[in-house]
Amino acid sequence: MTVTELLSYEAALAEYDPVMGLEVHVELGTRTKMFCGCSTELGAEPNSQTCPTCLGLPGSLPVVNAIGVESAIKIGLALNCEIAEWCRFARKNYFYPDMPKNFQTSQYDEPIAFNGYLDVQLEDGEVFRVEIERAHMEEDTGKSTHIGGATGRIHGASHSLLDYNRAGIPLIEIVTKPIEGAGERAPEVAKAYVAELRALILALGVSEARMDKGQMRCDVNLSLRPHGTKTFGTRSETKNVNSLRSVERAARFEIQRHAAVLSSGGTIVQETRHFHEDDGSTTSGRIKDNAEDYRYFPEPDLVPVAPAREWVEELRAGLPELPRVRRNRLREEWGVSEHEMQSILNAGAVDAIVATTEAGADAASARKWWMGELARNANEKGVSLEELPITPADVARVSALVAGGDLNDKLARQVIEGVLAGEGTPDEVVEKRGLRSSPTTARSARPWTRPSSPTRRSRPRSATARSRRSAPWSARS
Amino acid sequence: MPGITREEVAHLARLARLELKGEELDHFAGQLDDIIGAVARVAEVADQDVPPTSHPLPLTNVMRADEVRPSLTPEQALSGAPAQEQQRFKVPQILGED
Repeated sequence: MTVTELLSYEAALAEYDPVMGLEVHVELGTRTKMFCGCSTELGAEPNSQTCPTCLGLPGSLPVVNAIGVESAIKIGLALNCEIAEWCRFARKNYFYPDMPKNFQTSQYDEPIAFNGYLDVQLEDGEVFRVEIERAHMEEDTGKSTHIGGATGRIHGASHSLLDYNRAGIPLIEIVTKPIEGAGERAPEVAKAYVAELRALILALGVSEARMDKGQMRCDVNLSLRPHGTKTFGTRSETKNVNSLRSVERAARFEIQRHAAVLSSGGTIVQETRHFHEDDGSTTSGRIKDNAEDYRYFPEPDLVPVAPAREWVEELRAGLPELPRVRRNRLREEWGVSEHEMQSILNAGAVDAIVATTEAGADAASARKWWMGELARNANEKGVSLEELPITPADVARVSALVAGGDLNDKLARQVIEGVLAGEGTPDEVVEKRGLRSSPTTARSARPWTRPSSPTRRSRPRSATARSRRSAPWSARS
Repeated sequence: MPGITREEVAHLARLARLELKGEELDHFAGQLDDIIGAVARVAEVADQDVPPTSHPLPLTNVMRADEVRPSLTPEQALSGAPAQEQQRFKVPQILGED
């Protein structure tokens, strides 16, 4: 592989102004596929979740999944979009065996949602508005395995194997308008946008949006233009970037690569690029087909979708509190500064603190543990707070023991340490280590009664088993 | 109605992954011209007040509940495949895409 020439980031930004476009695909969490009743459950054996419709067999007819449409409208509304009064599906024709039909059912010039925006907050608290071009409905493709190549890549493969379980799973593609004016913060804006979008999708409950499982993936379009000019430069499209950090790295790498090409008098080729997690680089993919080469045309097997205004308004009224609104509310409730709230956000501690207060602790004490002892511990282990083998209920219990005078601060820290070490619940750690700070009093002689205790004790105590749980607080971020 | 050019036929052939000889390009250019011409006559009767349609029936919002229906078994799904391996459809080397 040839080494890609890069200009330093500072030099690139001194000369050029980046323009970005982000396309995010979200796999919906529906039970069935977009156009047929096949299950969408992950992990099934190959080709066990297919039918004549998603295999594209002659004579089969697709029918739209109502929850797919509903989820698309919810996403559109949450992104402040207009919802189409009438729209159609379209066939996107291409030759690639990941769709047995030889086309992907998508939407073309009539997306279900369009013209919206998402406000994203950067790490220093600055709010950047990302304009949304459209959100449209489509379907996922099958999974290819390339055989015979050295690296499992398509190059050098002798043949490929197709599993169509994923073919037809509902996807929503969310496309931004060109993001201009972010300057040197473009990579940061890209990451913050995807993070905010993911939080919004989770709040809506329409997908688990696990980027590591490909349930949410981002294509980063990027071009540069000399400062002071208006015309967009030629763009590259880095496909399937699968983590928040990678989104930022990919944007940064492309800025440096484009700048190196342009400043040495070269031209950028309009192409797709592959992102490499290991070194954060991108390499050339294929020369991009023009849109008309897909020969889009209205899908004749599906009737138009015309969401009644009453339905749309009902869905709008039923939207949950959106992440940014929620964060502002919590900041006020907790009485913390913008700066402090931002640290809590950066530490990924918001949901843990909320869940801990819901389990009975006061916000100040919940914040103290999650942002102090536990954040330090997670940091040392290189894991997220959610992955620590301690639950918000455990933390709330420790707070209660401190508040009730059973533990002082120093002993409480030892209890937390014991829970993290897998020694059991806080009460079990107190017993085993003999940590009570005062002799038995009437208060502490009471059995440790909490409604959830028995079930929680019967749960496996190993760190793995506990971190795998999907407590309500871990489903949101 | 402008005629369909040889170049346009060659472009279509590439998109459809068809290999056409020189004389075939001319031959199909003429045929496609006839077809486009015939379809274009619709525009003569359909005035601007008639919107283009993609479906003959005035239906909208035909949707299904999100309920799982039985799928084919893998054996049934693969029964029409020319080749299979590891319970998957086996396809020839994929070229020109990545």
